[in-house]
Amino acid sequence: MIKFFLMVNKQGQTRLSKYYEHVDINRRTLLETEVIKSCLSRSSEQCSFIEYKDFKLIYRQYAALFIVVGVNDTENEMAIYEFIHNFVEVLDEYFSRVVSLLTEEW
Amino acid sequence: MVTNSALKNTRTSRKRRPKVNHSKTSELMYDVLDESLRRAELNHNVTYAILFECVHTVYSIYPKAELLEKAAKCIGKFVLSPKINLKYLGLKALTYVVQQDPSLALQHQITIIECLDHPDPMIKRETLELLYRITNSQNVTVIVQKMLEYLHQSKEEYIIVNLVGKIAELAEKYAPDNAWFIQTMNAVFSVGGDVMHPDIPSNFLRLLAEGFDDEMEEQQLRLYAVQSYLNLLDMENVFYPQKFLQVMSWVLGEYSYLLDKEKPEEVISRLYKLLRNQSVSSETKAWLIAAVTKLTARAQASDTVERLIEEFSASLDTCMRQHAFELKHLHENVAVMRSLLPVSKSCEDMVVDASLSFLDGYVAEGLSQGAAPYKPHHQRQEEKLSQEKVLNFEPYGLSFSSSGFTGRQSPAGISLGSDVSGNSAETGLKEANGLKLEGVKKLWGKEGYLPRKESAAGQEVEAPPGAPGISASENLDRVAARRTQAQALTQSKEEKEKQLLASSLFVGLGSESAISLLGKADTVSHKFRRKSKVKEAKSGEASSAHNLTCSSLDSLSNTACEDNAYLTTLQDGEDAKSKDFPLSSELSDSESLSELPLAEKLSDFSLSAPSLFADSDMEIFQPLSSAAASVTTDTTSASCFLEETTEDTCSGCVEVCSDETVSVSSYKLWKDDCLLMVWSVSSKSGSEVKGANLDIFPAQNFKISKHPGCCLPVTEAGSTRNFQYSLQMEKSFTEENLSGFVNYQMVDTHSVQLEFSVNLSLLDFIRPLKISTEDFGKLWLSFANDVKQNIKISESQAALPSALKTLQQKLRLHVVDIQGDEGLLACRLLPSTSSLLHCRVHGDGLALWFRSSCPALLDYLSCQCQKAMEGS
Repeated sequence: MIKFFLMVNKQGQTRLSKYYEHVDINRRTLLETEVIKSCLSRSSEQCSFIEYKDFKLIYRQYAALFIVVGVNDTENEMAIYEFIHNFVEVLDEYFSRVVSLLTEEW
Repeated sequence: MVTNSALKNTRTSRKRRPKVNHSKTSELMYDVLDESLRRAELNHNVTYAILFECVHTVYSIYPKAELLEKAAKCIGKFVLSPKINLKYLGLKALTYVVQQDPSLALQHQITIIECLDHPDPMIKRETLELLYRITNSQNVTVIVQKMLEYLHQSKEEYIIVNLVGKIAELAEKYAPDNAWFIQTMNAVFSVGGDVMHPDIPSNFLRLLAEGFDDEMEEQQLRLYAVQSYLNLLDMENVFYPQKFLQVMSWVLGEYSYLLDKEKPEEVISRLYKLLRNQSVSSETKAWLIAAVTKLTARAQASDTVERLIEEFSASLDTCMRQHAFELKHLHENVAVMRSLLPVSKSCEDMVVDASLSFLDGYVAEGLSQGAAPYKPHHQRQEEKLSQEKVLNFEPYGLSFSSSGFTGRQSPAGISLGSDVSGNSAETGLKEANGLKLEGVKKLWGKEGYLPRKESAAGQEVEAPPGAPGISASENLDRVAARRTQAQALTQSKEEKEKQLLASSLFVGLGSESAISLLGKADTVSHKFRRKSKVKEAKSGEASSAHNLTCSSLDSLSNTACEDNAYLTTLQDGEDAKSKDFPLSSELSDSESLSELPLAEKLSDFSLSAPSLFADSDMEIFQPLSSAAASVTTDTTSASCFLEETTEDTCSGCVEVCSDETVSVSSYKLWKDDCLLMVWSVSSKSGSEVKGANLDIFPAQNFKISKHPGCCLPVTEAGSTRNFQYSLQMEKSFTEENLSGFVNYQMVDTHSVQLEFSVNLSLLDFIRPLKISTEDFGKLWLSFANDVKQNIKISESQAALPSALKTLQQKLRLHVVDIQGDEGLLACRLLPSTSSLLHCRVHGDGLALWFRSSCPALLDYLSCQCQKAMEGS
């Protein structure tokens, strides 16, 4: 089950966040900073699945933007990984020039 | 698009995943899985996701060799892939595999080992997870070592908790020798510290205490543990987690006696050092001092202990102080201490005399010196309550425990939650038991302001029919008086009543209250109809009533005699047979036969009344019919009310409408499965009624079907026609109006249409439910809704049998059982809703407890019961 969906830039600013289970407002920022910290500290050699507390984070980097999805352990990580990519592709189809925007703005 | 469909595929395959060991179901999946595994092109990530799902499914369902092989190959490819994500997936898949088929792990062991040292912590963790699953007694040391290494690196709490739990489990299961085990546990405790699951130290201690079959092993283990702890404690400047210290202190306390080299005093001194340490929490200190106490039993007198006692006797922590005092007193009596703290008996229970019989001497001494004897709590409560005359808080259910019904555990056995579910309006009435009500007129009942209600119902004369010793003439006076009262009250009071009723009933009830409310509000005008039947059905009290009502008949007969004559000519044909029917319900046959002559007269009266007064004020009708009806009921008072007839019971004939030439009257027959309404159209003049046609308007709440034939053996003379309809209840209601019209045509006139309407109430559809006491008990427990009520009854009714008779006959309940002053009744609402009633007589009131599956029925029944009891 997907717990949350985040889009965070390299500076740690959250661009988009969607929570699928209730998390207190004040705890969200904390969660997001921790999540982005663990994602940023990974190198490209390492796998995209992180175990964080009692759930997993699956992240994907697009230029300066990180898309992170938090899931519990019933999920197929690869499927979510592809799902993130699917999401970006859909955005690209719908709003053209998404990729170039990603590189320009952030 | 590919991704989309692929993802959907993944989702669907996941749904099928949950452990399916059933071969048939699994077979269905085989083809699909086969297909997917074959067609996967290993280029896209999505394919990998799907493959992973397939593999997972393959290992969850009933095994099939082919598929397992293919899946294994697939996993192999994953694990060996350079892409790190795939490696991760492969490892994860292996964890599923290895549970079923460990050999697969063997094939890839080199890769796995490489992964162990992989720079990526995720991979490492996954590998450890895999290793955890393939642990056995051979590789446990290595695996645990790896895990511990990982543990030392990581700082995250979740990981620590997780891994520590795993290590503890493995250590306990597969420990190769004592030394290793203790060392590992030490490591676990030092790392896990205070975040680990509390079960871990408990299990460890239990393991030590229970020991193994081999005593030598046991002792070895304990000795080793003690030694290692002493070594650890000797180390300077090391802080251990609290849980670890607790474990250590317990073990040292229990098993230091095994040491031969070191004396207890030395251990005590070490523990004492810990006790004085600031970083030790108070909980741990308690453990420590307990250990010291155990050791002191065996130790020679040492000043360490003295110092300890002195220091902690003045401690601010009460727990410590208590321990210190215990130690002090025990210390003074070494023999007692030795017996109290036996060596290594922690798993055995100590037998203690719970009745404290050894204190008997002390108690006797105290009593002889004038101390008051001990009163148990229960007794104290009772005394307090009885003294203060406070509200009776005793739960309703508990008071039944003394009666001891068989198969009827309900009142006592049922949890007092039923009290909570009870109507809060009832609790007020219940508390009436404890309230002082002498001299207080009962003005407010469940329906609202009683005198007003009575006067409104004065039409029906609640008093005369049942109450013994009140002559009918008096009744008439009272009726008149009440009528004036009724007229005195204004309309606004009715409104207020309704609201009060609403607020008092609405609490604790659901939306059904609205229905019952409306029903009750309407009853004001329709009451007389209902009451007539009720009065007929009411049980007689004493046979003296019979005489009185006979006299009442006489007095009334004067007014009615002319009508009598008039009517007998008219409806002779009809009446002849109808007299055979007992007009009251639940009478034994023998009784009813004796009633015949009386019944005849009765039917005359009841029949006479309608036609005489049909067009005039209905109020006057009521006393006659009710008084008349009561004759039959009273005369049957001698009959045993537990017997009931199975024949249908019939109401009196009630005229519903008439004009100059024709009168229409209706009968109600209460059959076992429906209510039968018979309308008879009769010509007043005696001439033939041709072409009579009767129709009923369809009503929402009833299913009306025309009944062929006629149940009443009423002769269909030329002057009368009968129409029969059977009614079934469709929707719940309390009062309903059924209307219809009659078309008739006399010999030489045109056809005329007459409209009429009949009132029906829920009571018409209530039938007695004949069940045994055991069944009652079972049914009682199965119902969820209940309502409780307390009714004040007059002295004459205080005997339970008479009260029950009243209820039985007025409301058509079946008396299931009577024991002492408690009685059970049951009834059934057509077609199948049952309702049970438990009554108990106490003091001057009757406590009723209704249970049913339908809350609206409960409200209705309780209201009716109250009316029935009050009226009698």
